[in-house]
Amino acid sequence: MYQGWKMLELQGLTKIYNTGDKALSDVTLTIPDGQVVALIGPSGAGKSTLIRCVNRLVQPTSGSATLDNVNVTALGAAGLRKARRKMGMIFQEYALVERLTVMENVLSGRLGYVGFFRSLFRKFPQKDVDEAYRLLDRVGLLEMADKRADALSGGQRQRVGICRALIQDPSLLLVDEPTASLDPKTSRQIMRLIVELCTERGLAAIINIHDVALAQMFVQRVVGLKLGVVVFDGGPDDLLPEVLTDIYGEEDWEATIEKVDDEDEEA
Amino acid sequence: MSAALEAKLGQAWKKPPFITNPVFRWVLIGGSILYFVVALGGIEVSWDRIVKGMDYGKRFITAFGGIFVALFDYIRDVFPWLSETFPRFFGPPTGNDPSDSRWIEIWTEKEIIKGLYESIVMTVASTVVGIAISIPIALGAAGNIAPMPIYLFCRAVIALSRALNEIIVAIILVAILGFGPLAGFITLSFATIGFLAKLLAEDIENMNKQQAEAVKSTGSSWGQWINFGVQPQVMPRLIGLSMYRLDINFRESAVLGLVGAGGIGATLNTAFDRYEFDTVAAILLTIIIIVMILEYLSGVIRGRVQ
Ligand SMILES: Nc1ncnc2c1ncn2[C@@H]1O[C@H](COP(=O)(O)OP(=O)(O)O)[C@@H](O)[C@H]1O
Ligand SMILES: [Mg+2]
Repeated sequence: MYQGWKMLELQGLTKIYNTGDKALSDVTLTIPDGQVVALIGPSGAGKSTLIRCVNRLVQPTSGSATLDNVNVTALGAAGLRKARRKMGMIFQEYALVERLTVMENVLSGRLGYVGFFRSLFRKFPQKDVDEAYRLLDRVGLLEMADKRADALSGGQRQRVGICRALIQDPSLLLVDEPTASLDPKTSRQIMRLIVELCTERGLAAIINIHDVALAQMFVQRVVGLKLGVVVFDGGPDDLLPEVLTDIYGEEDWEATIEKVDDEDEEA
Repeated sequence: MSAALEAKLGQAWKKPPFITNPVFRWVLIGGSILYFVVALGGIEVSWDRIVKGMDYGKRFITAFGGIFVALFDYIRDVFPWLSETFPRFFGPPTGNDPSDSRWIEIWTEKEIIKGLYESIVMTVASTVVGIAISIPIALGAAGNIAPMPIYLFCRAVIALSRALNEIIVAIILVAILGFGPLAGFITLSFATIGFLAKLLAEDIENMNKQQAEAVKSTGSSWGQWINFGVQPQVMPRLIGLSMYRLDINFRESAVLGLVGAGGIGATLNTAFDRYEFDTVAAILLTIIIIVMILEYLSGVIRGRVQ
């Protein structure tokens, strides 16, 4: 396994919600620069909570998350905003602001860098606008720039979501079930796009995903989460049926795993 | 087939009643009907007064009919092409000068124009000021974005505005500021806050949380977050409510005049006091027309901002 600079380091990260649900317990994990990690586990395992704790959309109960030597858990409001710029998030339901245009959605990724009035009057610096066009072109949506986000299909929306995350110029991508609302073919295209872009830009990423086959197809490392505890950490080929049974419960895993090898996909 | 299913097949199905106990249910229904009948009997009706009032009623309705005809004639004279296009409805062209018509006569002589002008100024100004104050209060009164102390303060302002009826506020303000549209303007601005801030806050509370969160996760400041993540979601509702409030404020301005807060209502009040039913009818027709125009405009605007 590639061992470079530590991009993200989680130390004993624990989250107990007000309702008493212990969503994460004592998660310790290191992700080196440029590594794409799939975080798998059944619904309710705490995958979303984990990446939301890193970005502090959820405040962890204890433990720490350190991004590029900055302890995000301890930051005040201004520091947190600065740290968030370095973490691009991609969401399951795309989370585009539907009544804004595609371009506004992409440019909203630059909000951490521009002043209030510039953003209010949509006067973004030319280099941001150029970068937005470049990214939209890269994901094949250049023509859609001035369409409203709610006029797009699911796959197109997720591409816009990807652009919004990348224009932040992040060093880490936090991706929450990017394909859960998409059909199988679009799912693969989106997964491939995300992984390709991470490779191109040398980005580290955590991708929450419950489709094991899809995860195995694209990433170098898989972390298995069960009831908030890390129960597996290894390469995609180490995911044996016993391991999956441990994470997800009893099922016929051979079928799922085999599917990976004989499926041929197109771009 | 299971025995449980067997027992159910062929059985009629009825929705279970809301109140299960049949005795309680019938006592409640019977009691409600009885109370209604008794209450209706308790309303005092003074037949003598009604017979006397019938006369006023008749005079008013006659005046209203007359003024309606005058308005009809006026429209026909202003737009001669109407007679040409719909001769069966509008009759043959009269060739009358519209500025000599009875409608214009009543309209100009009795200070209707001045009252109307005051009302429109009062309506527009109070709506604009009311909206400007309502927006920050709505943000503060939305439980999902405001911290607790601010939330409680803004909710208290809204509750106060809603608890104090326009008429009561206007009476107090007229006592303090004297007769005239200033009292009406402040009253309507205040009333707008209770209406608009409350409904806008509700819309903010019902917004899509993920969209807003995504904007926050980019490292945006609070103001940027509101502008990009929240505002687009509530804008159609804000515009719709504002148009609706403009309409309400205009109608309300006609009532406030009755307690001395200026506007067309003051003119209406004077006309009532003098039993000038023609003027009363002309004013009411004018109000009806303006409300209909506002209704139409707000429909068009709301349709466009979806
Ligand atoms: N906002 C919340 N409040 C209370 N409990 C929550 C909240 N979000 C998630 N949980 C609980 O935390 C656990 C983990 O949830 P989540 O992180 O969403 O899992 P996953 O993304 O793996 O499906 C679940 O038991 C869930 O019910
Ligand atoms: Mg989740």
